[in-house]
Amino acid sequence: MTVRLTSESFDPGAELTAFCAGRTESGAVASFVGIARGERGAATALELQAYPGFTDAEIGRMVEAAVARFSLHDALVIHRHGSIAPGEPIVMVATAAAHRREAFEACDYLMDYLKSRAPFWKKEHGPGGERWVEPTARDLDDLARWD
Amino acid sequence: MRVLLFGRLGDLAGWRERAFDPPPPHLAALKALIAADDAALGAALDGPGVQVAIDKAIVRGATQLPPTAEIAFLPPMSGG
Repeated sequence: MTVRLTSESFDPGAELTAFCAGRTESGAVASFVGIARGERGAATALELQAYPGFTDAEIGRMVEAAVARFSLHDALVIHRHGSIAPGEPIVMVATAAAHRREAFEACDYLMDYLKSRAPFWKKEHGPGGERWVEPTARDLDDLARWD
Repeated sequence: MRVLLFGRLGDLAGWRERAFDPPPPHLAALKALIAADDAALGAALDGPGVQVAIDKAIVRGATQLPPTAEIAFLPPMSGG
């Protein structure tokens, strides 16, 4: 399993190809890519602050929990920090399992945890100024589905 | 002792990292030092959802602080 924090953009297609390569026993790979929204001009950039050494360790614990819960063969999380322009990928999750249900569900679970529990602080910059974004009620409801 | 502020706390304070020498012995003393210098920041550190990490591990409650520790104040988090 791999957790990678990066301040550089990344190529989700190339990452997925690499993640799938050489799997002869994992019948299913599911993936999710989160992309920074432009909000029709209202958002000019996203700024994500991480706490290196803490953020990656916490995500590693979430991935370990997902691997155990869904009997994953492997998992990949790539998460950006720093300044992110609309259209750039922010986060990618890929999961590999014997069968599709576990792969889909683990991907969904990991994204819900990342949205509300991963140690990042997110600021939206736009023509109207800047604002810090904290988890929404919907994010917290999504997370509660897994209790 | 190094103190780190994340998210909106850093904007409110106007700093993200500060050294405290001599180091305060426990968390309440550190918060009192900060509040004496900046009352708004002091109040924000006790606000809803703000967690504290000592050397990159979340702690809860009244806590002794090792003199060379890295203390981080973490407001509610949002990834992805």
